[in-house]
Amino acid sequence: MTWVNAVIQGMLQGGIYALIACGLSLAFGVMRVVNLAHGDLAVCGAYLALVISSGLGVPVWYTLPLVLPAAFAAGVLLQVLLLRRALRGGDFATVLVTFGLSVMIENLLQVGATANDRVLSTGAIGVASLRIASSVTLPWLFVAAFLTACAVLSGLQLLLSGTSWGRKVRAIADDIDTARLVGVRVGPVFATVAGIAVATAALAGVFVGAIGNFNPLTGTSSLIFAFEAVVIGGIGSLWGTLAGGIALGVTQVVVGEINQAYAVLAVHLLFLLVLAVRPGGLFPSGAPAAAAQVIG
Amino acid sequence: MTALLEIRDLDVRYGDFQALFGVGLRVERGQALALVGANGAGKTTLLRTIAGAIAPVRGTVRYDGEDITGAPPHRRIQRGIALVPEGRRLFPSLTVEENILVGAAAAASAAWPLERIYEVFPLIAGRRRHRAAQLSGGEQQAVAIARALAAAPSLLLLDEISLGLAPKVVSQLYGTLTALRESGATLVLVEQDLGRALNACDDVVCLLEGRVALTAATSVGRAEVVAAYFGNRAEGPR
Amino acid sequence: MKPDQLLAPPGTGLVRVSRWSLTASGTTGSAAVALAVLAAVPYIAGGPAEQPLIVAFTFIAMASLWNLLAGFSGLTSFGQHAYIGVGAYGLYLVASHGVNPFAGIVPAAVIAGLVSVPVSALLLRLSGGYFAVASLVVAAVFQIAVTLAPSVGGTTGVTLPGLAGYSPVLREALIYWAALIVAVVSVAGVFLLVRAGFGLDARAVGADSVAAASLGVRVGRIRLIAYVVAALGTGAVGSLIALQTLFIEPTSVFSIQYSVDMLFMVLVGGMGTIEGPIIGALILFALQQWLSQYGAWYLVLVGGIAVVATLTVPRGLWGFVSARWGWSLFPVGYRVREQRTDR
Repeated sequence: MTWVNAVIQGMLQGGIYALIACGLSLAFGVMRVVNLAHGDLAVCGAYLALVISSGLGVPVWYTLPLVLPAAFAAGVLLQVLLLRRALRGGDFATVLVTFGLSVMIENLLQVGATANDRVLSTGAIGVASLRIASSVTLPWLFVAAFLTACAVLSGLQLLLSGTSWGRKVRAIADDIDTARLVGVRVGPVFATVAGIAVATAALAGVFVGAIGNFNPLTGTSSLIFAFEAVVIGGIGSLWGTLAGGIALGVTQVVVGEINQAYAVLAVHLLFLLVLAVRPGGLFPSGAPAAAAQVIG
Repeated sequence: MTALLEIRDLDVRYGDFQALFGVGLRVERGQALALVGANGAGKTTLLRTIAGAIAPVRGTVRYDGEDITGAPPHRRIQRGIALVPEGRRLFPSLTVEENILVGAAAAASAAWPLERIYEVFPLIAGRRRHRAAQLSGGEQQAVAIARALAAAPSLLLLDEISLGLAPKVVSQLYGTLTALRESGATLVLVEQDLGRALNACDDVVCLLEGRVALTAATSVGRAEVVAAYFGNRAEGPR
Repeated sequence: MKPDQLLAPPGTGLVRVSRWSLTASGTTGSAAVALAVLAAVPYIAGGPAEQPLIVAFTFIAMASLWNLLAGFSGLTSFGQHAYIGVGAYGLYLVASHGVNPFAGIVPAAVIAGLVSVPVSALLLRLSGGYFAVASLVVAAVFQIAVTLAPSVGGTTGVTLPGLAGYSPVLREALIYWAALIVAVVSVAGVFLLVRAGFGLDARAVGADSVAAASLGVRVGRIRLIAYVVAALGTGAVGSLIALQTLFIEPTSVFSIQYSVDMLFMVLVGGMGTIEGPIIGALILFALQQWLSQYGAWYLVLVGGIAVVATLTVPRGLWGFVSARWGWSLFPVGYRVREQRTDR
């Protein structure tokens, strides 16, 4: 693979990371929830798609109309049943509850689906490639993933800036107490945000499963990558999350070209570097990022 | 005649700290009540309790004859109560227009559409696409009032709108309040500037350390109010 | 001015501020007796009794130390297992340079403590969920770094040298005593640290770091002390684990399961108390002894209990109990009692 090919592939890979990360970013920006089970929920999406697609004998894409609404509903349930109570307990509580949830999900998946690696059947698109230039060949799957990520992010951005719901979401993210005071009903907004977060995670999970292997433990590494993308890009900025994902993807693929063993390490080191040098990320936005900092 | 707002025996606590002790007051439809008192007397707590941000441990809040003591803020806004919070508390990343639109989220009626609000506050109409954080203090205060107006309230609660603003700007804002009164609004006004408060309102309630120290018409004169403010008279309502 | 004088209500005479109680004396006495008995176990009961007790001791140590971080200083770290690994590999490094492996626990712990200092420079600027996930990343980095270093065995792992001269019985007994000492030192260390001025400061920082800073508490220093002490202790536990398993391998010594266990024990037992983690450790120990044969289901249960505990008894079982009935076996706070004067 040439360098150009590697960089472009890295960018496309970054789209997937951004897709996993955007739900995390939204949930944190609006609800101040760091959902440590987010990666596992993405992997659940992959498993659900696996069950449906092998049950019906169709490529995984046909399962999306079932998987996505199911994921949305799961997110709403998660918020209403668990996170709402946890939020009353403060920062600690949501982190601890979602960590416990993560352990439960990973082990339930292990019981239900064994620890073996799985892969999703992707049909014709799975093996097709797009040839851009003489030395640049891109798998269609990656291109599709990237385009989907851009579409989802654009859609979310439109929702946030152009709808009444979006206004409420941004108001809550700015100042939840005052939002309540002026009559915004926070509960329904949180539920829909949680639903969107899990739905986007599940969509990302399907792509992850389509592109490579997955097993019950894939969730933790997905979470870490998603989190790193959010931090590198800057909290509170959806396009920042895309930038962060791209930075991750490019680093991973390019370093992987040199020495595969160092690829993941390089990504982690990039994250730690950004934390050390520019904690607000590439597109810092002020208040939510400041919440991560500590005085003294 | 049923008072628009009637509060009885209100006790409000923050954890172990009690902020209000047996507070009671009445506001008639169309009147303006000034709520005065030293810092920490409980004025903001009282307004926030009326708006539904805090639940009292004892006592009742009745609005237009209905007991709303346990109702959440959005329900109260639907009934017609809106609060302009202390310190304005605009949403900094939203534009002026978006701030106002959020205020309309729970509005029960469309009595105050954007156009009408911009007529009352022509200055901010020109800044409608600017982010709230970019405005001057006076403009922000106007937007905060506009945001409350968007909820089409019958009872408007205003907490320290003159804080940090130049006298000329405050006079403009109070001019707007007069216009609002003329169109039938009922006001409860917390104000540090005693002179303005007494001028703009019909009645005054003075709080001292969480208790009502004076309930009177503003015609009693400044001296009476100042005495109650500093606790130089017998406690309890007249 | 002594606290007694500050708190005296006017005209009623003195108020007593006590830091100890009869119950506490009773508990300390019983604990001393229990420790003597436990120390004698290798002579009395031998191998089969030692094994599970070693597990219990390591649990107690890990839980107390994690509690120092999360319960007292507000640092919910999910990456403490990094220092288990550092302690294990630290012991290997020290032992392969000729130091006796049992004596090597101390330098291995020191290595863990030293490593934690630069890490803290990065992590301690964060709080809440950020700190949690960043600590996870640091642990992942350590693990990867080790797999890339052939001198410590890479992905395959290494065997701990220097134990050839010990008979299995002796080795087991020595590990047992070492574990007992590590557990006692961890609990006692945390207890003494928290009772001292550090403790009050740390709890203030844990509750509201901004407010604490405005009162002059040196937030940064408190967090640093907590983080390094926890790393030291956890490193010692890592060395114990290395001594037990003899074979040190990245995926097992850096396993996130250790952090899951720490979280569970402190959450269920009680954050921010000395007694809580001990209780949590014993509960996890019991669960593990009976149920770990069920593999993944056991972990589902552990996760589930953690979720339920956070939502229903956020201060843990001991926190709930001590709030309700005022019990305190190892008091770290201040009790104000009015001294009744005869009138």
